[in-house]
Amino acid sequence: MKQSLIILTLLLSGAAWADGNTSLAPATSNLKWKNECSACHMAYPPALLPERSWRKMMAGLESHFGQDASLDALTAKEITAFLVNNSAERAGNKRAKKVLGALGPDEAPLRISETAWFVREHEEVSPQVWKRPKIGSPANCNACHQGAEQGNYSEHQIRIPR
Amino acid sequence: MTRFTFLVAGLLACGAAWAAPQDLLQSLAVQARQENTRFQSFSASRGEQLYHAKQLHSSGKTLSCASCHTDSPKALGRHAKTGKEILPLAPAANHERFADSAKAEKWFKRNCQDVLERACTAQEKGDFLSYLLSIK
Repeated sequence: MKQSLIILTLLLSGAAWADGNTSLAPATSNLKWKNECSACHMAYPPALLPERSWRKMMAGLESHFGQDASLDALTAKEITAFLVNNSAERAGNKRAKKVLGALGPDEAPLRISETAWFVREHEEVSPQVWKRPKIGSPANCNACHQGAEQGNYSEHQIRIPR
Repeated sequence: MTRFTFLVAGLLACGAAWAAPQDLLQSLAVQARQENTRFQSFSASRGEQLYHAKQLHSSGKTLSCASCHTDSPKALGRHAKTGKEILPLAPAANHERFADSAKAEKWFKRNCQDVLERACTAQEKGDFLSYLLSIK
């Protein structure tokens, strides 16, 4: 009994350790963020951009990468607060710190794929690979990162489609 | 007794869900009358033309509703830019469509702007919805 408790504790702390270091899922989710953002694309991890990027993004939804993604004021306010509360500055995980560290103080990119951190992490991926029909563009995280929707970007979960 | 209550509740729930696109159609008719005093009725065939009409967008691309929703509103669509799957637009194939009028208006606003580069009139929205509801 005592032994199994010890094993359980070890397993749980292991899971917590792994989670704190690798998961990019927000600590608590938000239904409006999930539903609204994932209507057209994956709901990208808020931790991969700084607060200033999310504020800029949410202030420009009428022309969101060339498309109208406007929301009613209340929904936009709730989602902005959620993004800010889980942004790179507040997420506190290892990857978020790297994203932030690689950005200039006034840099406010709107594409995660344009951050210096992302470019460095994906430098071995050739332009031809990005253009494969099953991938399409660097915006399509879950084409290669099998656990992307759950915030899992672990190296072990990468399968690059042919 | 309990079984009967469940049956009635179930039928009412179905009725409410199916009534919703009609409710939206009615409120669009009220708006259409406000926009145009000579408004008469909605036309499914005009809606069908609008659905398939190809527009030359200022970006140089040719777009229509079918660009994302495919030629058949009963089929699964695909977002022209992100590739994400879009559930069918016709209520006959997807009973959640137009059940929530706020959601429907949100998408009318976005998609009219993206394809036509202007807002749609209530007449156009009503014609469009009439076409989708005529699909069995």
